[in-house]
Amino acid sequence: MSQHTFILNGQRVTVEAPDDLRLLWVLRDLLGVTGPKYGCGLDVCKACTCHINGKAFNPCSVPVSQIKPTDEITTIEGLADRQTGALHPMQQAWLDHDVAQCGYCQPGQIMAAIAKVRQARTEGREISDADLDELRNICRCGTYFRIREAVRSAAAKM
Amino acid sequence: MRRRRFLGYLLAAPTLAVAAEIGGAAVDPDTAEGAIPSPPEPADTYDLSDALTDAAMPTANLITVQVNPDGTASFALPRAEVGQGITTAIGMLIAEELDLPLSKVTVTLADARPELLFNQLTGGSNTIHAMYQPVRTAAAIARARLLATAAAQWGVPVSSLSVKNGVIRSGNGKTASYGSLARAAASDTVRPVTVTPKPESAFTLVGTPQNRVDAHDIVTGKKKFTLDLAVPNAKPTMVCRPPTINGTVRAVRNLAQVRAMPGITDVAVVSTGVAVRGETFGQCIDAVRALQVTWGPGSVDGESDDTVLDKLKAATPPPAVPPVLTKSIDAEFVFAFASNSALETNCAIADVRKDRAEIWSGLKSPITTQEQIAKMLGLPVSAVTVHVTQGGGSFGRKLFGDAALEAAEISHKIGKPVKLMWHRTDDFRHGRAHPMSYSRIRVNYSGANVVSYEQRHASSATDFSHGLGEILTATSAKLPVGELGFSETVFTLSQSVPYNFGATTQTLTEVPLKFHTGSMRNVYSPNVVCARELVVDQLAAKMSQDPVAFRRSFFKDDRFRAVLDKLAQVGQWGRSMPKGTAQGVGFHHEYKSCSAVLVEIDCRPETVNREVRDGVTGPRVTKAVMVVDVGRPINPRGLQAQMMGCISDGIGLALTESLHIADGLPLEGSWDNFFYTRQWNTPTEMQIVVMPTTTGDPGGAGELGVASSLAAVACAYARATGTMPTRFPINHGTLGFDPLPRVPPIPQSPTDGLKYAF
Ligand code: FES
Ligand code: FES
Repeated sequence: MSQHTFILNGQRVTVEAPDDLRLLWVLRDLLGVTGPKYGCGLDVCKACTCHINGKAFNPCSVPVSQIKPTDEITTIEGLADRQTGALHPMQQAWLDHDVAQCGYCQPGQIMAAIAKVRQARTEGREISDADLDELRNICRCGTYFRIREAVRSAAAKM
Repeated sequence: MRRRRFLGYLLAAPTLAVAAEIGGAAVDPDTAEGAIPSPPEPADTYDLSDALTDAAMPTANLITVQVNPDGTASFALPRAEVGQGITTAIGMLIAEELDLPLSKVTVTLADARPELLFNQLTGGSNTIHAMYQPVRTAAAIARARLLATAAAQWGVPVSSLSVKNGVIRSGNGKTASYGSLARAAASDTVRPVTVTPKPESAFTLVGTPQNRVDAHDIVTGKKKFTLDLAVPNAKPTMVCRPPTINGTVRAVRNLAQVRAMPGITDVAVVSTGVAVRGETFGQCIDAVRALQVTWGPGSVDGESDDTVLDKLKAATPPPAVPPVLTKSIDAEFVFAFASNSALETNCAIADVRKDRAEIWSGLKSPITTQEQIAKMLGLPVSAVTVHVTQGGGSFGRKLFGDAALEAAEISHKIGKPVKLMWHRTDDFRHGRAHPMSYSRIRVNYSGANVVSYEQRHASSATDFSHGLGEILTATSAKLPVGELGFSETVFTLSQSVPYNFGATTQTLTEVPLKFHTGSMRNVYSPNVVCARELVVDQLAAKMSQDPVAFRRSFFKDDRFRAVLDKLAQVGQWGRSMPKGTAQGVGFHHEYKSCSAVLVEIDCRPETVNREVRDGVTGPRVTKAVMVVDVGRPINPRGLQAQMMGCISDGIGLALTESLHIADGLPLEGSWDNFFYTRQWNTPTEMQIVVMPTTTGDPGGAGELGVASSLAAVACAYARATGTMPTRFPINHGTLGFDPLPRVPPIPQSPTDGLKYAF
């Protein structure tokens, strides 16, 4: 057991946890942040997708000891504007396209989609079908097509 | 025709509460439904929807709508919400009848209510069919009562009042909100009343596209699933499972050592394996992997894909109609085991005490689970509270309370509350699956006539012990199918051929093997219909007819023709396609609804062989169009969402998605092994056309499109490659991954996640 400090949704947190405990369980079991979901624990399903310093990653596959005190972890709960509460354009697009079915995969889908759009931007292009094909997140309810539509319309507003 | 009146009740309560009976018939006998027509084909006249609806009739069970002082209406739905959007659709019915905005209607999920008997089962796409009338009746009574209360207070006739958005207005300008009248409108006795719900022609909300009521909670991470609930002291719990299905614990060689592992609070042998409870799931994973267990044999250790198939073939009766003076087509098809694994793995919270138990789980059959748990614990049913939580998908999986039962057993054994989560690998290997099936078809035809159609379907047994059995047993006297066994009854009630194919028979043979099985979305239909539609395409080819024109001319019902015509037009059937690509169509009717699907598939080598890391590619469905007629759509947008899900299922079942059974265990252990459709296999064009109200009767919808989608993809593949596929999914023959070990039963989580950050 040792202490781990990082920035979670804009707030500095310190938590006592074994070094090798994966961050997902630190978030869910120790800190009670349940937006990121468990779907495999294998870095496959992507239901747990969060952001680290703005990049999408899967906390089920990162020991908490790899997180630095300066690292900013954002979960779905921390995505809306912290001052105004306004939804992120990606969240709004999810509502506009009524993307969700059961909703279990959707926090991870939204976090991954935002990073995908940013990645394309960094590479100097707009999101394409080929980029969307790279999203690995499982949706067992099969909302994939609406996800594609929502990502495109959110990208226009990001 | 006079509009029908329905019976309901004013309940004694502090605020206005009204109720109606599930399955309650119209009061006026003049307009009662006619008798059930007799066969030839039972499913045409009396299908599974009717059986499930009628099962409710004799029970005195009430559903209750309450109007609250804050102006909202609330309803505890005795069904499960697993993503199908039923809380939204039911909320719409209530909002419509009350003239209240949808946002002011709260639909929650009712705890298990044993007095409802057969009426708390979510299955067979039956919810809307069964709930439509009682929910409207209850809401209509509430509205009438609120109006009567306002009229009395103001001394004006009810007829002078109008309602908009939950505000009652009198001719002379007085207004009162529902909320302000809720207490005054309450009754102090239970009183039966009759009411005539709003005529359907006056609907302004029902039938219009509405977004999910829980969408905002979903996109902000607020929606709570079972594992997100904070039940005091219900600590993370997992089970170390055997290397073969139903293997049992002989001995645990290092119990004390694992008990002493960091964070672990308890280790106990239970009927399904060895349970561990700890501070975090991460530590439970470590403990499960550390356990050294000596396992006894399971129930299917000698079985693999080939042995099961041999048994199915051996059990299938041969076709009975010889081709005399006719030509014939004989074909056989094999469909592999497939997992109905939801993204949320099996999970439940249990807090079992000496004299009572409390359970939280996503359950479609909560009363059965409640009874089973009571029996296991030796408690009266009334001492077991079962809360139905929001489910992260089901696809049939949640018909069974496997996790709830296991959690109750563990909590009982260790004497502490537990939050049980199945590992993903376990969910594929030990969770229920749709069994392998084998379908043999013979069609005899002569000239442009089809003389006979025979389909002999054999399947490794499907477990229906979740209580559907009780329902059908209870109503079997009313079923026009005589003395069939239970699975055969479901089969007979759900399967019927939509074409005029002369002497038509479809039979089911089940081989009782002890796999963990259960109904998967659309149960028998996907495989049965896929086989049939492939043969239909063959027949069309033999008769030199276009597949769409052929289907059109053989259809039994104009409704089917209308759907197919619409599909051909919207989907541009027959447009010219490059070599190696093709269109295909599939059709299916069930649940008093029907759907037709057109897909375009690309089977060119450059597409088939495209590479995705750890992923299966293969042919790509580039476009999918579906036309669906559900009689009366309640929420067309929700329906479209479900149909898109059906297309994803159909694509997966046709091309990529299966379990490989080897020596008593599925080899699949992750989503990169079990290839459910992924983004890279999703069509880039998709369109769902919802037909406007046809029959006026809301049919089932949740599963409807799986069979037609699977069939369309299979038919398109056959046309693109020139070879009719006979084994599904088409890539089942090659194992596209290295199987995870069987011992330890679950893999460790990776530690290199940051490497893949993007
Ligand atoms: S739970 Fe993290 S990727 Fe599946
Ligand atoms: S919405 Fe259910 S898994 Fe994606």
